[in-house]
Amino acid sequence: MTRHTLSVLVEDQPGVLARIASLFSRRGFNIESLAVGPTEHVGMSRMTIAVNVDDLPLEQVTKQLNKLVNVLKIVELDSSTAIQRELLLVKVKADPQTRSQVLEAVQLFRAKVVDVSPDAVVIEATGNADKLEALLRILEPFGVKELVQSGMVAVGRGPRSITDRTMRVADRPA
Amino acid sequence: MSESTGAQLSGAASLVKALEDVGVDTVFGIPGGAILPAYDPLFDSSVRHILVRHEQGAGHAAEGYAMATGRVGVCMATSGPGATNLVTPIANAYMDSTPIVAITGQVPSAAIGTDAFQEADIRGITMPITKHNFLVTDPALIPRTIAEAFHIAGTGRKGPVLVDISKDALQAMSVYDLPTVVDLPGYRPVMKPHTKQVRETARLIVEARRPVLYVGGGVLAAGASADLMRLAELTGIPVVTTLMARGAFPDSHPLHMGMPGMHGTVASVGALQKSDLILALGARFDDRVTGRLDTFAPDAVIVHADIDPAEISKNRVADVPIVGDAREVIVELIAAVEADHESGRVGDFAAWRDTLERMCDTYPLGFSPAPEGTLAPQYVIERIGAIAGPEALYAAGVGQHQMWAAQFVKYERPGTWLNSGGLGTMGFAVPAAMGAKVGRPDATVWAIDGDGCFQMTNQELATCTINDIPIKVAIINNSSLGMVRQWQTLFYNQRYSNTDLHSVRIPDFVALAQAYGCEGLRCENADDVDATIDKAMAINDRPVVIDFVVHKDAMVWPMVAAGTSNDDIKYARDMAPDWDKDEL
Repeated sequence: MTRHTLSVLVEDQPGVLARIASLFSRRGFNIESLAVGPTEHVGMSRMTIAVNVDDLPLEQVTKQLNKLVNVLKIVELDSSTAIQRELLLVKVKADPQTRSQVLEAVQLFRAKVVDVSPDAVVIEATGNADKLEALLRILEPFGVKELVQSGMVAVGRGPRSITDRTMRVADRPA
Repeated sequence: MSESTGAQLSGAASLVKALEDVGVDTVFGIPGGAILPAYDPLFDSSVRHILVRHEQGAGHAAEGYAMATGRVGVCMATSGPGATNLVTPIANAYMDSTPIVAITGQVPSAAIGTDAFQEADIRGITMPITKHNFLVTDPALIPRTIAEAFHIAGTGRKGPVLVDISKDALQAMSVYDLPTVVDLPGYRPVMKPHTKQVRETARLIVEARRPVLYVGGGVLAAGASADLMRLAELTGIPVVTTLMARGAFPDSHPLHMGMPGMHGTVASVGALQKSDLILALGARFDDRVTGRLDTFAPDAVIVHADIDPAEISKNRVADVPIVGDAREVIVELIAAVEADHESGRVGDFAAWRDTLERMCDTYPLGFSPAPEGTLAPQYVIERIGAIAGPEALYAAGVGQHQMWAAQFVKYERPGTWLNSGGLGTMGFAVPAAMGAKVGRPDATVWAIDGDGCFQMTNQELATCTINDIPIKVAIINNSSLGMVRQWQTLFYNQRYSNTDLHSVRIPDFVALAQAYGCEGLRCENADDVDATIDKAMAINDRPVVIDFVVHKDAMVWPMVAAGTSNDDIKYARDMAPDWDKDEL
């Protein structure tokens, strides 16, 4: 099984997230990560879905997704031609003895401290999954008190936009 | 573009006007609290509302109507239990790609999510079993949603669409605005096949030695029966029709090998199994057709044409995938084959046809005679088919009687065989026959039902009698859940756990029929079968129910046991055809 990243353009309609999530679950696929947000076009949202599947089942799930009336377009973004990012917020134990070592790790990974208290700091970091995993390995010995991570978002490299052609067909009088 | 009158209408009036404007003539339904506002304007409408006795009956009637007419069937129910009672027919329509629109009332929008009286999240519940569904809380959006629902249900791969409308939206006023053109950016079914793939198919046909046209329900949905006939006769390629496609190609045609699958003919199963080129048209390589998938048609190159791209290579990988409407695919394929013929490239399948013809002769469909003094169910069904003829419509429930009705009634025309194929819904026959009779009032409509199935939905006989829908019901009464019993005979050492229904005594089907205002008849002897059917055929002022008391040990043959290979087909118990002798 390999990891695939799907970028799915959908109409911003109630229930669309439920439709997509239930389709994955019904066809027996586990969503590894999911991020949903608005796009540059009003009424259109974009989902970035990471799944671990073989190629043939991926083709099947993509075809099934395409059948959903609210789904406008699906593009697979692979890591060589797309930029993939996740956001991590982690609360790490940091007392006067360890704080400087924690801050050093933060600097090495070009992360930021966004909150400080006498015995903990909250660190914000962005990057691809590998980078965030490496940061966490360094921070773990100090004591991770709380961890929260966003789903991955991804965008293709180069000048083209995946909404270009879709917008032409999606344009219709309200 | 849209059609707007400018006048203010209630959401309920908009709904009824939209149904009229999209061409609905019949709705099957039951009112209740949340849908009640819609029933007031419906009272004055040109749309005929048929008050059923259970919402499941409304749903199956809408399916029967759609299958018999090719138009979108409509059912209506209230919120909560009314809506959940539609779940089975909606799932059934989804599996068999039958176009229906289900309209349900929902609690007022302010109450949604509060566990209000008769509230059920029917949109959430039906998401995985509808082609699409809507929840409407704004009266102004009702006409547009209805137009979209009918467009989605009746185009592309057809299927069920549910429109859930909150009670306050039905009561509030708005301007009626129905779009004349429906344009959904995320819904663009591909109708026209790729020319290159069609030419490649024509080339494969010339090279093939043992080709088969594997015809599914998509050919009926596309109205492509006449085109299929032209293609088959032009190429001389043998045809098999799946359970969903019975009637798409005449049973009397010499190229027809019958139905493939678990209870298919030996010649049909053999044709697929030994084929070197399968031309799948609107069929989906269902497990009931393929048997054990990894041993299915091992030498065949697969051309798979379907309007739904997700069906292609889902079960068996296609060598030539073709996305398109079955009719357009067949028409283009005919043109490509004709072009090949003109340049002298003609496939020669005479030897293959001879082989299959021998197989048909050696292993014809048949049944063992019933024990002395009892009635063979297959004989009853065969006689109904012979007497009512190919112009009649036949609806079946699910089980042994369904398989016998698929085998022993001879279908000659499209739209004459209505059954629950994918979901296997017991209780389908009576309400489906009712819907078919409403859609085709001039046709004779038979429900061939089992005694188990019949007891699930027979309350719709009241609907039939009261609304002048004179269907004919043949209960093939073996007093048991016959197909389950057959499996207990074959695979569970004759331990008949909970399959004896005692229907010979309870209920008394003749008395039950009479209680519903139907003619009730009973037949227990082979000698009386024809006379009883003739009598039923002569009664057209009320529904007729015949209790055919048949012997319970009859079994459906041939059979490919579940999970085994098509190669292991048995044409009777412990009797396997001798493939090798046929020099394939």
